[in-house]
Amino acid sequence: MDALLRLFSLIPGWDQNVPAWASITLAGLVAAGLCLGFMSLGPVGYVYVERKIAGFMQDRLGPMRVGPWGLLQTIADTIKLLFKEAIFPAAVHKVMFVVAPCLVVTGAFMGFAVLPFSPTWQAADLDVGAFYVIAIGSLSTVGLIMAGWASNNKYALFGAMRSAAQIVSYEIPAVMSLIVVVMIAGSLSLQAIVGEQAGGLHNWFLWKFFPLNVIAFLVFFTATLAECNRTPFDIPEAESELVAGFHTEYSGFFFAMFFLAEYTEMFVASAMAAVLFLGGFAAPIPALQTVGGFDIGPVWLIAKAWALVFVHMWLRWTLPRLRVDQLMHVAWKVLLPISLFLIVVVGGLLTWPATANGFPWDRWVGWLLSALLFVYLATTAARAWRWHARQVREAVA
Amino acid sequence: MSAGITRPVTSAESVGWRIDDIGPDEMILSMGPQHPSTHGVLRIELITDGELVREARPHIGYLHRCFEKHCENVDYPGVIPYTDRLDYVASMGNSLGYALAVEKLLAIEPSPYVSTIRVIMAELQRIASHCVAVGTYGMDLGAFTPFLHLLRDREKILDVFEWTCGARLLYNYNWIGGLSHDVPDGFVRACREIVAEFDKVTWPELVNLLIGNRIFIERTAKVGVVSRELAISYDLTGPNLRGSGVAYDLRKAEPYCGYENYEFAVPVGEGKHGPLGSCFDRNWVRVVEMKESARIISQALDRLEKLEKTDVREKVPKRAKPAKGEVFARSEAPRGNLGYYVVADGTAVNPYRVKVKSPCFTAMSAFHHVARGVMIADIIALIGSFDVVLGEIDR
Repeated sequence: MDALLRLFSLIPGWDQNVPAWASITLAGLVAAGLCLGFMSLGPVGYVYVERKIAGFMQDRLGPMRVGPWGLLQTIADTIKLLFKEAIFPAAVHKVMFVVAPCLVVTGAFMGFAVLPFSPTWQAADLDVGAFYVIAIGSLSTVGLIMAGWASNNKYALFGAMRSAAQIVSYEIPAVMSLIVVVMIAGSLSLQAIVGEQAGGLHNWFLWKFFPLNVIAFLVFFTATLAECNRTPFDIPEAESELVAGFHTEYSGFFFAMFFLAEYTEMFVASAMAAVLFLGGFAAPIPALQTVGGFDIGPVWLIAKAWALVFVHMWLRWTLPRLRVDQLMHVAWKVLLPISLFLIVVVGGLLTWPATANGFPWDRWVGWLLSALLFVYLATTAARAWRWHARQVREAVA
Repeated sequence: MSAGITRPVTSAESVGWRIDDIGPDEMILSMGPQHPSTHGVLRIELITDGELVREARPHIGYLHRCFEKHCENVDYPGVIPYTDRLDYVASMGNSLGYALAVEKLLAIEPSPYVSTIRVIMAELQRIASHCVAVGTYGMDLGAFTPFLHLLRDREKILDVFEWTCGARLLYNYNWIGGLSHDVPDGFVRACREIVAEFDKVTWPELVNLLIGNRIFIERTAKVGVVSRELAISYDLTGPNLRGSGVAYDLRKAEPYCGYENYEFAVPVGEGKHGPLGSCFDRNWVRVVEMKESARIISQALDRLEKLEKTDVREKVPKRAKPAKGEVFARSEAPRGNLGYYVVADGTAVNPYRVKVKSPCFTAMSAFHHVARGVMIADIIALIGSFDVVLGEIDR
């Protein structure tokens, strides 16, 4: 929005003649339009890429018929979905049935508002940007539950209940690992978080307190993967169990909206992971930040986000799906303890003041302590595993 | 949660329930017949408490095609195309059992050349069938890619079948007393290539990608445990029985087609990742069996090259009209012991009665027993691990 306002003031006489509220409203509308365009056209690309990646992994070609290399396939599919009749089964709750996909799309879309594409290209630089993304992400849960309930279908209801349980559970480790970053950056503003990581690869939060933030990144990535309902956490729409989960009864454009929301959420989650841990729009080498005087921050952010989106797709076409109880086990007994532990350790490392003579002895002590903790945790886990194996052996015998 | 999970099973209550049996927190979920992973048109009624399944009742018969009645109205060779349609994933094995039964009735002994080709075809079919079984099992659990990899390799086997007899799914190949076509020139080399590629590429890839996957193990290893006693009492056969640790294989126990001449192991479930007889074990048995089948094929190909070539239709009767009598013959089809009971009345050219003893049917009968107290996702894992083909259950 800043960039747009600056653009407006370049027009001669704009600042004198147009009142401030009008130019802010106009900038907001243009920014929203840009985000909306990006969001609605993005999935056309993601779906094509996903199909091609799936084809590559499964030893086949993927779409090849429509256009060169099947490039127009997703466009054709989109047009088909837009023109298809949206079927309303007789027993659905009509109002909620329509509102639900809108809510899901809204929830996914609003995350875009705070994504920083460059120091100036950001729809709104909120002070609580990180918090906002998480909060607005939960909005789609409401939509999913509404969809499941309004469909008046047992499979849809199962899907809705699963997704509610899943998203609520996985939000906690996601937030906890996000707090690690927020503590390091000292701000919830995404702009400030990226600003802290500027100046090259080595400044990324991923490498800070070396193994710790890598773990935090993995926790965050796993949790957001689950929040996007992607394999191996795609149980709300597990097609082999629940037919299509919460969108079993949807067709035509409403189905397309769920699809749109899913891919948008995937992008937003990946972009958030990139912003929090991979330097956001900051280039890995400072020299590559600008090309010919232009800031190519948006390219860097999108490239990083797409790299993570690729990992999402890679996992999807490789892994089987977890069961509901195993899913909860991963969230509450694996990810949450790890992220809580990270908060304590990183918080401790941050609060120890640097020593006077310049050499951070206390940091080294912190390293040692955390290494010891790690060893302790690892041995505990190994012992638990051995115990478990023995139990199984005895059960068999 | 309810008491139903620990309640001892009696035969009367194990099959049905009344509407009063459904508790206030429970719901009946009808899974199928149009459901993506019931492997055909199976319908299962589940009493669920949230994600937990208290009872499951399978309903079969959606694919009933009057197979046995049809058989009474066509002549003996005319039944063979119908047998192909029983277990349409493994047609070669189906017609083999029927051909063996009628040969017993007519007292025909096919030449060793024919028997060897039958063994090769049956074992190729076993690999192809287990490819589908293991692949779809992975797909049931959400792993899509292994399925397509396995289907790619099944395709090569189907190509060989097509090359031999012109059909890719329903072959009408094992005739009474012989075969419909001799194997084409270069058949041995093509089969050797398939076996070599299977051993070198497909099998290790499958184990790496799917079987060794931690999530796959977690999903299957402690689910659907069929004890040795239960497996025997429900007459499970084939990989379902061997998954429970019983090393019983008709190819060893009652060899037919000269199976006694081949060296192969009978893989049994080992309870590697959990209790013995779990879904993982049944699936693991199938995976290892593919490898053993490849071994048998290599030996049979060696044998085929040494054997004198005979006309494969030499002993096919012009008009099959057996004397009055009845016979039961069975073979180890990919899904278990497939038995044919054929009654001839001595006057007609069509059988008086053909009764099929289906391995999938018996597997399905044990289903409700292990489907208690599991989760909805486990129901899918269970159906897949029994590897039922509804065409054979409903007939």
